[in-house]
Amino acid sequence: MNKPIKQHVICPEVCIRCYTCEMTCPIGAIEHDDNNVVVNADICNFCMECIPVCPTGSIDEWRIVQEPYSLEEQYEWMELPEQEKFADSMEDGVANLVDPAIEALLLEAHIGAGGKAMPPKSASKPVVALYGTETPAQVVVQGNYRLTDDPNHDVRHIIFNVGDTPVPVLEGQTIGVVPPGNDANGKPHNARLYSVSNPRDGERPGYNNISLTVKRDEKGVCSNYICDLEQGDVVNIIGPFGSTFLMPDDPSAHLLMICTGTGAAPMRAFTMRRQRVAAGASGGMTLFFGARSAGSLPYFGPLAKVPQSLLTQNLVFSRDPTLPKEYVQDRLLENTDTVANLLMNPSTYIYICGLRDMEAGVEAAMSKIASNSGQNWKDLRDQMRTDGRYHVETY
Amino acid sequence: MTILDVNYDTLIPNNVGLSQDRKVLKALEKWHPGYISWWNDLIPKEFQESMVYLRTAVSVDPKGWTKFDYVKMPEYRWGILLAPQKEERTIPCGEHFGEPAWQEVPGEYRNMLKRMIVIQGDTEPGSVEQQRFLGLTAPSLYDMRNLFQVNVEEGRHLWAMVYLLQKYFGKDGREEADDMLVRSSGSEEAPRMLGAFNEETPDWLSFFMFTYFTDRDGKMQLESLAQSGFDPLSRTCRFMITEEAHHMFVGETGVGRTIQATIEAMNAHGITDPYDINKVRDLGVIDLPTIQKKLNLHYSLSLDLFGQEVSTNAANAFNSGIKGRFMEQRIDDDHRLAGDTYMVRTIKDNKVVAEEVPALTAINMRLRDDYVRDASGGVGRWNRMIAKAGVEFEMRLPDEAFHRQIGVFSGINADTDGNLISQDTWEKQKKNWLPTKGDGDYIQSLMKPCVKPGEYASWIAPPRMGIDNKPGDFEYVKLHMA
Ligand SMILES: Cc1cc2nc3c(=O)[nH]c(=O)nc-3n(C[C@H](O)[C@H](O)[C@H](O)COP(=O)(O)OP(=O)(O)OC[C@H]3O[C@@H](n4cnc5c(N)ncnc54)[C@H](O)[C@@H]3O)c2cc1C
Repeated sequence: MNKPIKQHVICPEVCIRCYTCEMTCPIGAIEHDDNNVVVNADICNFCMECIPVCPTGSIDEWRIVQEPYSLEEQYEWMELPEQEKFADSMEDGVANLVDPAIEALLLEAHIGAGGKAMPPKSASKPVVALYGTETPAQVVVQGNYRLTDDPNHDVRHIIFNVGDTPVPVLEGQTIGVVPPGNDANGKPHNARLYSVSNPRDGERPGYNNISLTVKRDEKGVCSNYICDLEQGDVVNIIGPFGSTFLMPDDPSAHLLMICTGTGAAPMRAFTMRRQRVAAGASGGMTLFFGARSAGSLPYFGPLAKVPQSLLTQNLVFSRDPTLPKEYVQDRLLENTDTVANLLMNPSTYIYICGLRDMEAGVEAAMSKIASNSGQNWKDLRDQMRTDGRYHVETY
Repeated sequence: MTILDVNYDTLIPNNVGLSQDRKVLKALEKWHPGYISWWNDLIPKEFQESMVYLRTAVSVDPKGWTKFDYVKMPEYRWGILLAPQKEERTIPCGEHFGEPAWQEVPGEYRNMLKRMIVIQGDTEPGSVEQQRFLGLTAPSLYDMRNLFQVNVEEGRHLWAMVYLLQKYFGKDGREEADDMLVRSSGSEEAPRMLGAFNEETPDWLSFFMFTYFTDRDGKMQLESLAQSGFDPLSRTCRFMITEEAHHMFVGETGVGRTIQATIEAMNAHGITDPYDINKVRDLGVIDLPTIQKKLNLHYSLSLDLFGQEVSTNAANAFNSGIKGRFMEQRIDDDHRLAGDTYMVRTIKDNKVVAEEVPALTAINMRLRDDYVRDASGGVGRWNRMIAKAGVEFEMRLPDEAFHRQIGVFSGINADTDGNLISQDTWEKQKKNWLPTKGDGDYIQSLMKPCVKPGEYASWIAPPRMGIDNKPGDFEYVKLHMA
């Protein structure tokens, strides 16, 4: 049996037949008759150029199919066919070709939120699983920069040039890197997930690149592979993944970001996005960022240049010989009033990202802060999460 | 903001090298304050101060022209954006067919060209003026946002035409640009140039019908100007068409959602007879026969915008290569039409008959035929909704002879099937075909603002899908409360 594939389709009930998509498609994959506007599955390469130009949203429909719907079938449609059920690989009811192994990784990473995560209401709609293990995208290493000054903490800023391959990512999403070679069982290595650390329009606006923040795990397969990459190397990536850990587009939202180590990656993307689109007029952002020392804190230098008006920074060090030992949860408690106010504000969105072991401490601190102001943390958290305002991703 | 501070390269996103074009820049700098004050005087103040979730075009590529963000309308960035120049584009029609497209105004056609740009330009602010008070009765924040999006884009289209006038038509172009801000919809001394743009849009159903039927005329005109041999006009219109699609969308879904609310209410209350008007109206929705009457009105007014069926002006415009036909490049003929004929309906001996006329003189008629085909698509989709709900009723476009003020049918009276009728019968029957004062009063009574996110007036269903993938209860407008 064929592997199921993802097919781009148009909803005939919502479409108004303006043919803007057809005129926009650079490769002639869209056509129409007197009845419908349809996408030719043999031609469409998911470049997404047609998505923003559609006035109705009818263009943004996808089906996972064993056999793609032919043009003739699509011309006959009065409404979209239901998505056929394929196993359980449906994150948020959206049909996606997410490899079950990847889905399991994401589910596990989000467990700390205490329930089913929801995206922020005003978040842009993410594209998910455009590239799977069978059909990875090939990208070229553009740069590999060491971010830390600590022999035990080798964290790298990796920039991939994606060239003409469409890899539409949103801040907060992850991509999978497929390390070359086989595992101990002689099977190709599984992909490892890494948060995208730049905003959707590239490391610099308009550049087709993607950056990652990767920490070397001395015994790890993929992180060593990535940290040793050289300019010009070609890398197989899959994804993008994740449809909930996303930022609100609403500039009046306040982002409370709590992270350790490489958990800074999505926070960097959020901050840069804000700097680009809502400089000056935004609802603000607050950062609690923990590391061993300034030398092992990724992006320590660049952070100093982010204006206080945009981002309130709390950099917390646990192994700075000149300072008492301090963790992010200590700093949260120290700022109880500020954090409590943020918790009460319906415009606040909380993001927690980093190593799994940060979770317990942060959860305890939040619980304490909430109860100080007479709130039950679990209730509050569950409400925020259902509203798309509480997000945890730890690994 | 003083004029000196204005950086036109950022304030007015453009791909025409504005900052290097001293002369045009100076003309625009002079025109801009007048435009802003026109805008400020027009729309009620609380809306000027509100943050509206708008799409702004900052460049012509797909990624650049659909940037969504909250902006105050007066701070909207009115871009001057032309579709990219096609290499070696040739004149697509008329006696100059196949010659290189004009990059400068051809002297012999200067006046014809200018007049066409002025007429197109004049409709843009006209419709904003007609719709100026609708924000006060918006049935939801979603609809209010759509209204404002349509308004700012009409404003941008005025900019586009003004740019052409100032760039290519010297002193009298600048004067024409100024006059665009002098004329005003419904004014006694200086009305807008076309009749349909001088009536106030009294309610939201009219607005939806207007965007469906009248803006569709605009779309057809833009499509044929996009075929102009004068390349800058063609490129301007090509980009405007992309935006026009949103206006079609607002119209089609607006009428569709109005119908949806009606049939849902009827079904919920077990009303099966769509003509049981009082019972339906008791539910706070607009009965289907009244929606049909509104359709009759706006459709017939829009047909008038195509002008005389047989016209030498239209023949000249085509023959000189100033204005083409709808999708000219897809038509398989010699694109000159010298010996061709075209069927046109006309009145002979008090009967409607079809007559063959020289195709050149029937250019307007042909565009109108294309328009009718285009307009019937949405009507079919509305009928599908009605049928799906199990209600027995069909919307239909009235015959082209019905209720006309311009062209061959303006001298006669016809019913909606196109049968000729006496003046007497017309007077007696017209209340069944066109909205009466009573219908208008009823619709007016429903026009109560709904300004909480996610709230919709009784007479209109929520959209199936939000704008920019946002949910229906997204705060599309953050109202400024004075
Ligand atoms: C949603 C998500 C987002 C993530 N984002 C990032 C990010 O932004 N940056 C980042 O750096 N990481 C991120 N990670 C973690 C990343 O995916 C990898 O897990 C990490 O880089 C380690 O992978 P590796 O292949 O190097 O290690 P692996 O080869 O997978 O090994 C992992 C650990 O297992 C141990 N191990 C492996 N084999 C053996 C063995 N035979 N015996 C004993 N021990 C063994 C190794 O000591 C090692 O410590 C993310 C993970 C998730 C789930």
